[in-house]
Amino acid sequence: MATSAAVRSSMGLTLRLSRVIPDCSTCSLYRLRSCVNSAANLQRTGSADSFRTINRHLQTSIGLYHSEEGSSNAEDPEDVVNVVYIDRSGQRIPVKAKVGDNVLYLAHKHGIELEGACEASLACSTCHVYVNAAHFDKLPEPEEREDDMLDMAAMLQENSRLGCQIILTPELDGIELTLPKVTRNFYVDGHVPKPH
Amino acid sequence: MIGHKLLKLWSSGRSRWRLHEGITRCGKACYSSCNPKVCIVGSGPAGFYTAQHIIKARQDVEVDIYERLPVPFGLVRFGVAPDHPEVKNVINTFTQTAKHSRCSFYGNVNVGKDVSIDELQQAYHAVVLSYGAEGNRSIGVPGEGLAGVYSAKDFVGWYNGLPNCRELSPDLSCETAVILGQGNVALDVARILLSPIDSLKKTDITQPALEALAQSQVRRVLIVGRRGPMQIACTIKELREMVNLPGTRPEMVATDFEGVAEALKDVPRPRKRLTELMLKTALEKPGEKEQERRNKASRIWGFRFFRSPIEVLADPNHNKIAGIRLAVNKLEGSGEGAQAVLTGEEEDVPCGLVVSSIGYKSLSIDPSVPFDSRKAIVPNIMGRVQQAAGLYCSGWLKTGPTGVIATTMNNSFDTARSLMEDMDSGTLDLSAAKPGSQSISALLEKRGVKPVTFSDWEKIDNVEMMRGEASGKPREKLLKVEEMLQDFSVNAGH
Repeated sequence: MATSAAVRSSMGLTLRLSRVIPDCSTCSLYRLRSCVNSAANLQRTGSADSFRTINRHLQTSIGLYHSEEGSSNAEDPEDVVNVVYIDRSGQRIPVKAKVGDNVLYLAHKHGIELEGACEASLACSTCHVYVNAAHFDKLPEPEEREDDMLDMAAMLQENSRLGCQIILTPELDGIELTLPKVTRNFYVDGHVPKPH
Repeated sequence: MIGHKLLKLWSSGRSRWRLHEGITRCGKACYSSCNPKVCIVGSGPAGFYTAQHIIKARQDVEVDIYERLPVPFGLVRFGVAPDHPEVKNVINTFTQTAKHSRCSFYGNVNVGKDVSIDELQQAYHAVVLSYGAEGNRSIGVPGEGLAGVYSAKDFVGWYNGLPNCRELSPDLSCETAVILGQGNVALDVARILLSPIDSLKKTDITQPALEALAQSQVRRVLIVGRRGPMQIACTIKELREMVNLPGTRPEMVATDFEGVAEALKDVPRPRKRLTELMLKTALEKPGEKEQERRNKASRIWGFRFFRSPIEVLADPNHNKIAGIRLAVNKLEGSGEGAQAVLTGEEEDVPCGLVVSSIGYKSLSIDPSVPFDSRKAIVPNIMGRVQQAAGLYCSGWLKTGPTGVIATTMNNSFDTARSLMEDMDSGTLDLSAAKPGSQSISALLEKRGVKPVTFSDWEKIDNVEMMRGEASGKPREKLLKVEEMLQDFSVNAGH
């Protein structure tokens, strides 16, 4: 059990470590001109939206950078947000996170199998999670673009959100995020595949 | 906790962790020839997600991915629209998988021609077929072969740089284009046809397509479906992009939407939101600003419902199309299962371009592999190919050609799980060592086939990105296989 958790964590880190690098010139988002932080893209989109996302991205990368270093130091208790991920096998994985952490990248940091195919650009639904009732209402309303992507997610529920859009705040302490079980019967039970 | 300790061990020295990988589940130190070897045919999302899951699940499995083209990533590179770059971010995930020590990429290898499935099965413990759907469903009407009629697969391949679509040269000198089908691919085609050229200039659309679109006379695009608004197959993101497309205005037939608002009550959320947006666009009187925007728009798009193609009409003088004859349908039943039934009425729509977007289709790769030609899939149960031990399938080849990257991801993880189960249970015999790529590489060399490695692809990638920089594009794709096979090591740094 512990070994497989370690394998999972290390694989997660091996696979995800590069995403924590805040250096824009090595980032494929920047290269692909699809990073909302880069000046080139600001001009392109020119919408107020990007400012909100910029703060989110800045918070995210800074938050992760600090918590990466901070994992071996004493943490400021005001800053700690306790999160529980429930993976597809039902296993509960408690994680100590910090205010400002992004739920998707936090999962990656801890080797939890939450995919983020589009890298938090609201262009896919692979980071789909269920939020426990007690905390679901504490989250800010999803923007229209998140709802559009959620509509494409398998097994959508009332308490569905995209992990990449959840930024931890002190009120979210104790939040529980369940990974949807996309079952073996996904296609066998008569479910109609989503259109492309 | 043990996990944390191992984690620290890992982060303090990667090489120490690597040593652990040599020890197999049976506990004995092993030479690499003992490791289970899996071969995946196809390097699109299905191939890569299957590989990712297998590599993560077992520390001893080696995965080789074979791809017909010199370049990887399948529809992520050749299908996703140029103005959807975020969808292509998944390439970063695939790149990490490809560069994993237990994964190898072999491009420029045509499975079925350069090497047979049988030979792969002899060299590997398991073979996973993930080669997708390279064919398309034909409309099945007279005139389909006329100049001016294209499959969406080819049209998309053309603007996305698929080598065998390079010479498509679609005629864009007409005013009206008709797209058959109302899925996301149909909407992509409509959007690319009507997008302001300035917004396409900064994408990775191919230069020839960009030039053709800059000269295009197409001003009106009709997106035609057999059934009604409640059965439309596209998703809300793509619809919203059309509604908000600068320089365009919507033109719909109000009567097509009779009864739709009332039927929305008990409909699941995705369908409800999509239909509400359509109703708003089609029926609601726009506010002042929106009305002004629509008045200034020079390009028109619209859905046409309850229409099936019966004949493509030829221009007698010019051996190209003059229009399309459509049958008028009515719906029997409701919801996803509603059927279109002919009424006997017909309608002719003048147009100079028809793009048929009614579905991709998988083809059989090798006569030894079971293939259901009616459904155009490889018959399987949870990814295990029926009546074929050691053979698996994932992606569109497994379930049919619908679904976005997320769907394919889940589908591929399912197949990987089946494969892992079979390895763990002994259903898949791992006792005999298999030669894997050693024997296949030898075969390919004998046959004069030179595989493209992943680092060769990275050179191609760099060349494309450098070429794109000059024109402010993320990349300028190489359009010919011969160009991709060049030796770029000499040119690095230019």
